[in-house]
Amino acid sequence: MTFQSAAALARPELILIVSALALLVWGAFQSRASVAFTIAAMAALVAAAVASAIGPMGRAFSGGLIVDSGAVFSKVVIYLASALAVPLGERWFARRGMARFEYPVLVMLAALGMGMMVSAGDLISLYISIELQSLALYILAAFQRDDEKSSEAGLKYFVLGALSSGILLYGTSLVYGFAGSTRFEVIAQSMTHGAGVGALFGLIFVVCGIGFKVSAAPFHMWTPDVYEGAPTPVVGFFAGAPKLAAMVLLARILTQSFGGAVDQWRQVLVVMALLSVAVGAFAGLAQSNLKRLWAYSSIASIGYALVGLAAGGAAGIQSMLVYMVLYVVDVTGFFACLAALSRGGKAMETMADFAGLARERPAIALAMTVFSLSALGLPPMSGLWGKYYVFKAAAGAGLVWVAVAALVGSVVAAYYYLKLIKVMWLDPSPGATDAPPAEAVAITYATALFAFPAVLIALIVLDPAAQTAATSLALR
Amino acid sequence: MTGILSLTTFLPLVGVAAILVLRAFGNGENPRADSAARWIALATTLATLALSVLVVAGFDRSQTGFQFVEDSAWFAGLHYRMGIDGISVLFVLLTAFLMPLCIVASWRSITNRVIEYMIAFLILESLVIGVFCALDLLVFYVFFEFQLIPMFLIIGIWGGSNRVYAAFKFFLYTLLGSVLMLAAILAMIAMAHTSSIPVLMTHHFPAGVQAWLWLAFFASFAVKMPMWPVHTWLPDAHVEAPTAGSVILAGILLKMGGYGFMRFSLPMFPDASVQFAPLIYALSVIAIVYTSLVAFRQTDMKKLIAYSSVAHMGFVTLGIFSFNLQGEQGALFQMLSHGVISGALFLCVGVVYDRTHTREIAFYGGVVDRMPIYAAVFMLFTMGNVGLPGTSGFVGEILTLTGIYGANTWPAIIAVSGVILSAVYALTLYRRVVFGRITNPAVAALGDMNGREIGIFVPLIIATLALGLQPGLVFNLTNASAVHLVDAFRAATGR
Repeated sequence: MTFQSAAALARPELILIVSALALLVWGAFQSRASVAFTIAAMAALVAAAVASAIGPMGRAFSGGLIVDSGAVFSKVVIYLASALAVPLGERWFARRGMARFEYPVLVMLAALGMGMMVSAGDLISLYISIELQSLALYILAAFQRDDEKSSEAGLKYFVLGALSSGILLYGTSLVYGFAGSTRFEVIAQSMTHGAGVGALFGLIFVVCGIGFKVSAAPFHMWTPDVYEGAPTPVVGFFAGAPKLAAMVLLARILTQSFGGAVDQWRQVLVVMALLSVAVGAFAGLAQSNLKRLWAYSSIASIGYALVGLAAGGAAGIQSMLVYMVLYVVDVTGFFACLAALSRGGKAMETMADFAGLARERPAIALAMTVFSLSALGLPPMSGLWGKYYVFKAAAGAGLVWVAVAALVGSVVAAYYYLKLIKVMWLDPSPGATDAPPAEAVAITYATALFAFPAVLIALIVLDPAAQTAATSLALR
Repeated sequence: MTGILSLTTFLPLVGVAAILVLRAFGNGENPRADSAARWIALATTLATLALSVLVVAGFDRSQTGFQFVEDSAWFAGLHYRMGIDGISVLFVLLTAFLMPLCIVASWRSITNRVIEYMIAFLILESLVIGVFCALDLLVFYVFFEFQLIPMFLIIGIWGGSNRVYAAFKFFLYTLLGSVLMLAAILAMIAMAHTSSIPVLMTHHFPAGVQAWLWLAFFASFAVKMPMWPVHTWLPDAHVEAPTAGSVILAGILLKMGGYGFMRFSLPMFPDASVQFAPLIYALSVIAIVYTSLVAFRQTDMKKLIAYSSVAHMGFVTLGIFSFNLQGEQGALFQMLSHGVISGALFLCVGVVYDRTHTREIAFYGGVVDRMPIYAAVFMLFTMGNVGLPGTSGFVGEILTLTGIYGANTWPAIIAVSGVILSAVYALTLYRRVVFGRITNPAVAALGDMNGREIGIFVPLIIATLALGLQPGLVFNLTNASAVHLVDAFRAATGR
C-alpha cells in the first residue's frame, strides 16, 4: 500500500482537516465573521461528501481505516448534515451577537471525527475518532459561554462524556488483552472458537461506552439536560449525525469483530432498546420544554434503531441505516424549526410558547406537525418507513415480540406528540412571533418536504444504497 | 379505465391544492376567500362523486375478483396496488355520496377557519376512498392510519366545549388498535413475503399464527367499529364533533371496521375467525342490548344516536361472523344503510342545533308545530333507524338476523330484542323532541328548514327509500363477491 493510495482513500478526511486548519488561520486574521467564511466551511463539507461518494474503496493504514460502501454511505449523510448545521448555527449566533469563527471549524472537526468513526477498523482509530468528535461537541455545547445553562450543558456533557470514554477505553483494553490485537479482523479471528469471558467483558464495556454516545437508556441521563442547555442549532447538529456515526461504528465492531458472539450481544442490545423506548415514551410525558421533550423522543428513536441492529445481519444493519438517516433528517428539521422561532427576541422553548402557532406561522407549524407525526411513526411520514424496515428485520431474526413491545411504546409517546400538535393547532396564540430567519426556514421546509412526501420517492434510492452499505458492514 | 381508482382517490387533493393556491395568493382570511374555499370543496366532492358513479357504472357485477386493478412497483418489494370488488365498490360510492352533503351541511355552521376545515375534509375524503381501494397491506395501512390526523383536527378545532378531551381519546384509542394491526401487517409481510391483499387472501397461515394475527387486526377493527367494550370513545367524539364530522364518523369511518373484518379477518384468518366467533357473538350481543339500554337513558340527542350506532354495528359483526351468504350480504347492506340513516340523523340534530345551539332533549318538545317539514324528515329517518319495513334499515337487520340464526341460535334470539329496544329509544327521542306541548319559548321561535337544508336531505331520503324498497340495487353489485367470500371461507375451514 503506497502512501498515494492510502491518501486517496482518506481524501475526504484530508479535505476536511486541511480546510479546517486553513479556515482557522483565516478566522484568526479576519476582523469579523463574513459570509464567505461560512460558505467556505460549507463548501469544504460538501466537497468531502462528494469526495467520499466518488472516491475509491479499500483499506489503509494496516486496516485502521476501512473505506467500504457502509462507510461511504454514512459519510455522505454525515457530511451533508454537518454542512446544514454550519449556516444554521452561524446565523443563529450572529443574531445573538456571539458569532465566532470557531463554530464552523468545530463543526468540521466534529464531522471529521464522525467520518473517521464510520471508517474505523481498529480499536485505536475507534477511540481517537470518538474523542475527536466528542471534544468538538463538548465545546459546541458550551458555545454560548455567557449563558449559564449552556456552560452547564457543556460541563455536564464533558464530565459524563469523559466517564463514558473511560469505560470505552477500559473495554478496548480488555478486548486487546484477550484477543491480542487491536484490529477488528484479527479480533474476529481470535473469536472463531467462541468469545471468552474476558473478551465479552470488554465487549460489554465497549457497548456501554458507545451506548452513552448514542444516548441509549440506561446511559441517557445526560441527554435532556444537555439538549436543554446547549444552543438550539447545535443540538440539532449533535442529536443527528453523531448518533448515526456511533451506530455505524457499533454495527461494525459488533459484526466484524464480535460476529461470533451475536447471541451474547443481542441480549444486551435488546435490553437497551426496550429500555430506551420505555424511557423515551414515559419520561417524555412529563416534559414541557420542547428541547427536553425531543431529547426523550430521540432516546426512543435510538431504541428502535437498536432493535434493528439487534436483529443483526445485513437486513438488521440496513434497517438501522435507513432508520437513522430518516431520523437525522427529522431531528435536523425539528431543531431548525426551534431555531427559526422567537417571540420578542426570546427563544420559544416551552410547550406554552407554541400555543396557536398554526395561526401565526402556519407553514412552520405544519412542518413541526410533520416532524412530530414522523417521530410518532404515523403513515405516510418518514418515521413509519424507518419502523417498517426495523420491524421487518426484527421479524426475520425472531425478535417479533421486541418489535411489538417497541411499537406499543410509541402509543404512549403519541400523547406528547399529540399534545404539541394540539397546542399548535387548537390553542389561542399569546402574541405575534418574530419574522423567522431565511436559512432556518429554508432548512425547515426542505427537511419537512423530505419527511413527507419526498421520502416516498427517496426510499426508492435509499433502499438499495442502504442495502449495499449494510452488506459491506455485515461482512466478517 | 385503469387509473380511475387512483384518480378518484386523489382528486380531492387537487381541490386541496386549489384552496392552498387561493390562500397563498389571496390576502389572508376573509369572507370571500372562505366562500371560494367552500365552492372549491363542493365542486371537488361533486366531481369525485361523478367519478365514483363512473366506477360503479363500469363495474362488472359478474366477476368475483378485483377490478380496475392498478399495480406498480415501489421500493423494497412493496407495491402500490389499487382495485375494488363487490365488497368495496359501494363504500367508495357511499363516501363520495356523503361528502358533498357534509360540505353543504357545514356551509353556514362553520365560520371559523373555513379554509382549513375544507382542506381537512377533502384530505379525509381522499384517505377514506383510498382505504376502500387499497389492495396492498402497506398502502391500506397508510390510508387507514393517516385519517386520524384530519379527524383529530376536525374534532379538536371545530368541536364542542370538551373537544380536546374527545379528540385525544379518539386518537389514542384508535392508535393503540392500529399499532397492533401494523405489527400484524409487518409480521404477515415477513412470513408471506408479499404485501398483496389478493395473494394474502389465498395464503394459508398456520393456525397458531392466525390466532395472533386475527387478534391484532381485531384490536384495530373493534375500536373502529366500535364494539363493546372499546366503544367509549365514540359517544365523546360524536358529541364534540361538528355535525359534518359526526356524519363522516358514523357514516363512513365506522364502516372501515366492518370492511376490515370482511376484507382481512375472514379470508386471511379463516380458522381463527371460527375459533373467535363466540367472542364476537358475545361482544355483539352485549353491544346490542347494553348500548341500546344506555342509549335510552341519554339526555343528549347526539349521544343517543351515537350509542344507537354501536348497537347497530353489533348486527353488522353478527352478520359477518355468521359465515353464510345472508349474514355477509346483510352486514354489507346494514353498513350502507346505517351510513345513510345515521348520517341523516346527525344532520337532523344539526338542523336544530344550528338554530338553538343545544342538543339537550329536554330543551325541545313540540317542534312539530313550528317545523312540520323537519318533523316529517326526522320521522322517516327515525323509522329507518328502528328498521321499519320499506326503509333500508329493515333489510339489513332482517338479513343479519337470518344469517346469525343459521349459524347460532342463541345470539340470534338475544339480538332480536335489539329490534324492539331500538324502537324504544328512537321513538322516545322522537316523541320528546317533536311532539308534546311547546314549553320553551326558544322552540316557539324556531323556523322550518330552508331550501339548502331540504336539499341536503332529499338525496338521503331517496337513498333510504330506494334501498328499502329495491334492495336488489345493492345485492346485484355485492352478490358475486359475497358468494365468493363465503365459498372461499367454507373451502378453507371445511365447514
